Amino acid sequence: MFDSQSLRIIIKLLFIIQLLTAGLVYAEAKQTVNIAYLAQEQKAPPPLSNLDPFIENKGVLGAELAIGDNNTTGQFTGQKFVLKKFIVPIGGNVADVFNKDISEKFQFVVTTLPAEQMTSIADLPAAQQMVLFDAFTRDDALRNEQCRKNVLHMLPSRAMRADALAQYMMKKRWTEWFLVIGPNPEDRLFADAVRRAAKRFGMKIVEEKTWEHTYDARRTAQSDVAVFTQVDDYDVLVVADEQGVFGEYLDYRTWYPRPVIGTQGLIATSWHRTHEQWGAVQIQNRFKEQTGRWMEEQDYAAYLAVRAIGEATTRTKSNELKPVRDYLLSEQFALQGYKGNPLSFRSWNGQLRQPILLAAPRSLVAVAPIEGFLHPKTELDTLGYDQSESTCK
Amino acid sequence: MKKNFLMLFLAMASIGSVQAETVFVTLEKDNALAVVDPMEGKLIKTVPVGQRPRGIAISPDNNYLYIATSDDDTIKIVDANTLAVLGQLPSGEDPETFALNPAGDRLYVSNEDDSLVTVIDTASKKAVKQIQVGVEPEGITVSPDNRWVVSASETTNMLHWIDTKSMAITDNTLVDPRPRAVNFTADSQQLWATSEMAGTLTILDANTKQAIKTISFEIAGVTKDKIQPVGVVIDKDRNRGYVALGPANRVAVVNAKTFEVERYLLVGQRVWNLAFSPDQKRLYSTNGTSNDISIIDLENQKVTKSVGVGLYPWGVAVKP
Repeated sequence: MFDSQSLRIIIKLLFIIQLLTAGLVYAEAKQTVNIAYLAQEQKAPPPLSNLDPFIENKGVLGAELAIGDNNTTGQFTGQKFVLKKFIVPIGGNVADVFNKDISEKFQFVVTTLPAEQMTSIADLPAAQQMVLFDAFTRDDALRNEQCRKNVLHMLPSRAMRADALAQYMMKKRWTEWFLVIGPNPEDRLFADAVRRAAKRFGMKIVEEKTWEHTYDARRTAQSDVAVFTQVDDYDVLVVADEQGVFGEYLDYRTWYPRPVIGTQGLIATSWHRTHEQWGAVQIQNRFKEQTGRWMEEQDYAAYLAVRAIGEATTRTKSNELKPVRDYLLSEQFALQGYKGNPLSFRSWNGQLRQPILLAAPRSLVAVAPIEGFLHPKTELDTLGYDQSESTCK
Repeated sequence: MKKNFLMLFLAMASIGSVQAETVFVTLEKDNALAVVDPMEGKLIKTVPVGQRPRGIAISPDNNYLYIATSDDDTIKIVDANTLAVLGQLPSGEDPETFALNPAGDRLYVSNEDDSLVTVIDTASKKAVKQIQVGVEPEGITVSPDNRWVVSASETTNMLHWIDTKSMAITDNTLVDPRPRAVNFTADSQQLWATSEMAGTLTILDANTKQAIKTISFEIAGVTKDKIQPVGVVIDKDRNRGYVALGPANRVAVVNAKTFEVERYLLVGQRVWNLAFSPDQKRLYSTNGTSNDISIIDLENQKVTKSVGVGLYPWGVAVKP
């Protein structure tokens, strides 16, 4: 038996030996697939509490893990994957960086950019000869009337998230909702998605209020929340507070003892640290070992984007735009995403169809689509805008 | 007196021949091994075996069980008669699936987190070699003629063919997304491989290492993404193969000559792994989320019984 030290040395030695004798075993790298990663540094928001430190590098670490996975496959298929990172500083011009360093040099670009920046990049002439993998936005407009043909969306939209929550609430028979909306524009977008989901699943929003109080919990949460939540009785409080400026203070402080769900409490997310089914524990471990922190949603999105490129280029044996793009949007494309179902893209709006995790801070509560919600093609399409509802033209 | 004794002996022998078969099932969430009498259709007992037991195999002489206890980072050696833990093997981290060679002196383990296959000498209980494979190797098998070890890597979507003499990869075959389980036919001429995410079974020629046929499964009333093939076994005469379809809760019966799917047998929920009885008249399936095993009568192609065994039955091995 080896101890871990000598085992590590042996692994290294074996690896070196294999490198030396690689000719027989591995295919020679004949094809290079270049991937650009484009993001802008984000300003740290004011801290709500000292519990969760601000994470600067969400996204890029997922892309780095995936490029390693792609290259492990590539050593057997003769493909080499190269990830070039472009992180624009705060205040820098993303379009300038794109025009100078990315246009005409890359065909596959992963972006961790807010909606407006992402769409302005997607509309640049050079971007028409690319596939952009949006690993950041959750806007339904970008999947509908403002959709771009050259963009694939890796994260679930707000409508998909709200539908996932609604399915769970329907299963629990929490049919009367109290909708609490935060002060930011994103909160209003999520509230729209919640209203849509309520209508879709026959639930009732019995009360709706906008939070306009201060955010310092130490001073006001105790009194403010109790007063704020004195409304007619309801089954569940649905909160729309994407930046987390007050939502965490609702639980245990409401007038009635009712659960909190939405952007805080029970949340709908594409990835969560409590998730360990379907092989997820392996990627959680691999990510943590490589980066020293938990995998966040944007890391997962960037991971999937780079893996999707790997999968499509391996299957098509091509590094060219058209065959790879066609394969990504074809019925053959099936990406392993550690969530039980194979992931694929909705051909009508470029949205990655995927199960959505419903997670409490320390336990995974359910995975949507919830059993019993049926669809003629795939139950994953019970979440978000289905083909017949889509306004993406 | 003598006659009576003889009668008694005969009676015991006949009971013995019926009762001799024992089914062992690892219970992932009970940290235990379930012992089932399949003829009676009864759980005999459950014994603790270590943290998160998953893969299980029995030695060719039927004396030892090897059980991967994933959270103990080891493979336990268990006396197949007394069920006492006799020792352990240096499997590397988080062992899940492994395969014994026909002689029982080599055990090949998939180390998912490290993209490695560890080769263990069962006599000396030492790791003798580690082989770099694709990302997240899972399914692994040794051909009955002991020529090939095949390791399937889930994220790389490949089958790696390892020559047992040189202990090196000689070929790689790309298959459908997330290959899970691999198994050779008894004549070592074909390899059957399941792809969980694509919902397919690929049958490969062991000489060319290329696919002969890829089979998709279709079940009325079950959506495509619920059909997630995992365990696969083929009978010794290569008449039929059986594929566990995971959350589709069915075992597919595949004609091994025409490659047609003959029927789907409804078993328990999230069916994972399969094992034949020694006479191949029965098939046992572990049903992960309904916490039972199904017993399938292969002569009549019918599920005859399900036996509750405990939380998350994972692997299954049969002792004659």
